[in-house]
Amino acid sequence: MSTTAAQPFVDFQNVWLAYNDELLAKHQFAVEDISLQVMPGEFIAIVGPSGCGKSTFMKLTTGLKMPSRGSIRIAGQPVTGPLKISGMAFQAPSLLPWRTTLDNVLLPLEIVEPYRSQFKARRKEFEEKARGLLKSVGLGGYEDKFPWQLSGGMQQRASICRALVHEPQMLLLDEPFGALDAFTREELWCALRDLHAAQKFNVILVTHDLRESVFLADTVYVMSRSPGRFVVRKDIDLPRPRDLEVTYTPGFTDIVHELRGHIGAIRQPVGHGGGLPQ
Amino acid sequence: MKISKTTERWSPLIVLAGILLLWQAFVSALAIPDYIFPGPWQIAGEFMEFKGPLLEAAWKTFWVTLLGFGLSIVVGVLLGFLIGSSRLAYTALYPLMVAFNAVPKAAIVPILVVWFGIGLGPGILTAFLISFFPITVNIATGLATLEPELEDVLRVLGARRWDVLVKVGLPRSMPYFYGSLKVAITLAFVGTVLAEMTAGDSGIGYLMQTAGSQQRLPLAFAGLVVIGAMAMAMYELFSWIEMRTTGWAHRGSQAA
Repeated sequence: MSTTAAQPFVDFQNVWLAYNDELLAKHQFAVEDISLQVMPGEFIAIVGPSGCGKSTFMKLTTGLKMPSRGSIRIAGQPVTGPLKISGMAFQAPSLLPWRTTLDNVLLPLEIVEPYRSQFKARRKEFEEKARGLLKSVGLGGYEDKFPWQLSGGMQQRASICRALVHEPQMLLLDEPFGALDAFTREELWCALRDLHAAQKFNVILVTHDLRESVFLADTVYVMSRSPGRFVVRKDIDLPRPRDLEVTYTPGFTDIVHELRGHIGAIRQPVGHGGGLPQ
Repeated sequence: MKISKTTERWSPLIVLAGILLLWQAFVSALAIPDYIFPGPWQIAGEFMEFKGPLLEAAWKTFWVTLLGFGLSIVVGVLLGFLIGSSRLAYTALYPLMVAFNAVPKAAIVPILVVWFGIGLGPGILTAFLISFFPITVNIATGLATLEPELEDVLRVLGARRWDVLVKVGLPRSMPYFYGSLKVAITLAFVGTVLAEMTAGDSGIGYLMQTAGSQQRLPLAFAGLVVIGAMAMAMYELFSWIEMRTTGWAHRGSQAA
């Protein structure tokens, strides 16, 4: 493996993306000139107003989209197609209603190698693993329920388990807690924090919740509205393990406030234009 | 207002009995002759009298319908699969299929007779032609309305198109499929009877045609009742299979 501590795990060098050739010809980019380096095990968060290209960034990182300019290397290798070392979860849990929670979590193992070819033979073992994972996020006893029998927060936990069951090196979360109520959201922050602490995978969290990004991440990137650019990179020096209490300390609030200031600064030029797009 | 489960279960029969009573009362009160409009009592009598030929014709109609219906499941599912999973196939084939479906099938039967002669061929083919379209449309819809997020989740894992279709697309379109079967089986009966009436030498449609031409309306009505009963039985069978296999899609109506 070439992922030593000195070498970044994810390495974006001046990445630009236009969604098709027509837009490329008109120089309309969804994201512009993105450079970032993520160290192995690092938890980064990307915040910004909606429609700023956060989801585009996710597609680039997973290899679902290729950059128009610039290069992306992950684990030292140039990205050429979908990477099987990552797991994804979205705002909608998108679990399959005809499968039990356990079978939903097992789904990636039926698809990704090397688990795929061993699935029949090692099913018992995989099931144990999935049950363990579900238990670690507080879903013990719900494995054989169907997703529609679970609450929204529970479904989202299961969705995160599905993203993690094949032990990806990188977890990509696209506003995963956006549809949940504030209390459930905080519970899930802690569940995610504990999973990350235990398994040391990389996390890229896209969110528009500043408190969430500061509480969870090692580094927060602020993105500007279209075209998407990183305008600020902020290291969060709060010591780990972080307790929810930390979100009520002045130090935490100061960071959130500072980031909020950057977002406000980005938004202003849009206001000058008069005819707002939204 | 609270309606008990028992009442709900028996409600179709209660409605049926009510209609039969009204019907009989109407016919008896106005003394309508049976060659104009027979009452249920006369129809039942006629049924008992001609039980043998009626059941024989019904059996014939039944399996001709099932053959046509089986054909339409195979072709309908394959076409639906093609149209639902490929945008090009969808664009290329859909307008043609809509045009074809709009053609009155009664107009096709004479052509089928020229090609296949009097007998089973036209019956099976009419049943097929009239019933495959809903199956195709429903399978295609089920496959084409896949959530993009779900597709991304699988594609990130290196899933091939085939994986996505088999693991997600097909199970997801099963409720649509069963829904379409319930429509298609009733249409298939219509198709068979249509062919039998226009160009048959046996079956319920032929029997009704003959009875009608001899002004034996009670017998023609008995034929109608038999067709209705067969279609209803098949419909119930598919509903039953549907609830057993895709209960997850009907959780709202289960209300445990």
